[in-house]
Amino acid sequence: MGEDGVCRNENRLVQATWLGALYGSTGLCALAVAAVFAFLLYFAAPVFWADNAGSVLSLAWRPLDGSFGILSMAAASLALAVSAMLVAMPAGIGICCFTCGLGPPMAARLVLGLVRFMTSIPTVVYGFVSVFALTPIIQAVFRGSSGFCWLTAGLTLSLLVLPTVVLLLEGPLRDAWEHTALAASALGLDASRTLLHVALPRARRSIAAAAVLGFSRAIGDTLIALMLAGNAPQLPLSPLDSIRTLTAHIALVVSTESGSRAYNSLFAAGLLLLGAATAVNLILRRLLRKTA
Amino acid sequence: MRILIVSRAFLPSLVCLLLAASVAMAGERDRFAGLSGNLDIAGGTAHIPVMKEAAKRIMTANPNIRITVAGGGSGVGVQQVGEGLVAIGNTGRALTPGETEKYGLVSFPFAIDGVAVAVSPDNPVAALTRAQVRDIFAGKVRNWKELGGADAPIHLYTRDEASGTREVFWEKMLGKGEVATAANVVASNGAMKTAVAKDKDAIGYVGIGFIDKTIKAPPLDGVAPTQENAASGQYPITRKLYMNTKGKPQGLTEAFIAYILGPDGAVMSEAAGYIPIK
Repeated sequence: MGEDGVCRNENRLVQATWLGALYGSTGLCALAVAAVFAFLLYFAAPVFWADNAGSVLSLAWRPLDGSFGILSMAAASLALAVSAMLVAMPAGIGICCFTCGLGPPMAARLVLGLVRFMTSIPTVVYGFVSVFALTPIIQAVFRGSSGFCWLTAGLTLSLLVLPTVVLLLEGPLRDAWEHTALAASALGLDASRTLLHVALPRARRSIAAAAVLGFSRAIGDTLIALMLAGNAPQLPLSPLDSIRTLTAHIALVVSTESGSRAYNSLFAAGLLLLGAATAVNLILRRLLRKTA
Repeated sequence: MRILIVSRAFLPSLVCLLLAASVAMAGERDRFAGLSGNLDIAGGTAHIPVMKEAAKRIMTANPNIRITVAGGGSGVGVQQVGEGLVAIGNTGRALTPGETEKYGLVSFPFAIDGVAVAVSPDNPVAALTRAQVRDIFAGKVRNWKELGGADAPIHLYTRDEASGTREVFWEKMLGKGEVATAANVVASNGAMKTAVAKDKDAIGYVGIGFIDKTIKAPPLDGVAPTQENAASGQYPITRKLYMNTKGKPQGLTEAFIAYILGPDGAVMSEAAGYIPIK
């Protein structure tokens, strides 16, 4: 009995140690995230309250004339990410339908393998290949465009987020399909109708989750925008316009004279991006909670 | 950001050349006798050809010395040398008083570089005036037809805010005039060359050292943008290329700077298309 008590005490001790370590590391993570927020706020705040207040929140980026507006960059980020999702979502859903029952099993395995491989391709490779493969095509097809534009970057970016969409959607859609296939075929539905009218609606929260996560990847990507979008700080009015995203803007401007106003405005850009990421995360959590 | 690490592996072919020159250059090479260690250089992309060549020659003769050369633009050069990340930070412009004061930097100008307008070799436009260049970059002239070229829209390319090349182009070529916001922005002299070379409707600008047969530099107001014309002052869009150190340079850094400022350095600057400062 005494030994039993010792054993139990030891167990408790081990448990307490583990729990302590877990709380500790969780706390540390939370602290780090809070520190990033605090850091950005601390450095961005003076920019918002600078002498000609609000100039960061304007459209014109003309540092030589003293305007440091980043809103056109924010609009470009949003436009680029949304357009990439408009291509990636239908393509991703299509691929998932193919691999979850429409396509022959061998081909489905091949496609999934290919999509998994796509996740391992570095972003810079997509960008580099596009510079030499896609921009000349865009340039030749649309006279007047240099090829470095919203359209080129959007198409390449959709390729980048496609695996995210497919891998997030594939599992839930397969579950939905396997749960309903038998009953659906008993009711006389063929495979494509089952997918369209039964399995896909059942997996709609997962579709939304895939869209949200793909979007946050698209808006945070830097290299593709930097290499392909042309980086002109203007509003995205046409798909053939050269545009500059917030991420590419930070990458381009970070090497100016540190401490200058152009440099400080980057903290505001960082804060906007962090805000977008947080919003996306909250939406995603809400979606996933409802699923569970 | 482009990083070029010059490795010792592909250099043996140079050894013969260097041996031949070794009698004449004995004094130059003596600078590095007994020195060893790493020397990191970063910054202005116009400097890279000279820095690479110097690194090659020094490392071939002195196996104990390792020199890395990185790009990034003038802004990066100032930041990295200021923060102590590299020993030498290159700039294609003079330092601002704020930069000198903040970091305690010392500047060593070693060459003069011209900045020239660049177009595709396929572009039939053979010459430009400064007024035309200003109108093109301000977005007032939008079609090559207006300049005697093909009926095609002009694709504008400019450099980012960290570029020394952009600064001198804006100040001396455009007279601090406007650059259209629709212009594409590229991040280095090399990227500018690539962009202009593969786009026959493009116009951009590069350091004269970067001009080769892949891009065309049309004469400006009748003056060809060449090294000779820049040296004589006939071609006016020029700037100095600087090496910058944090405080007075010492040891390997000092030897490297003396080497670049010496007769060998002058030969390398000239070979790269710049005019050495005596």
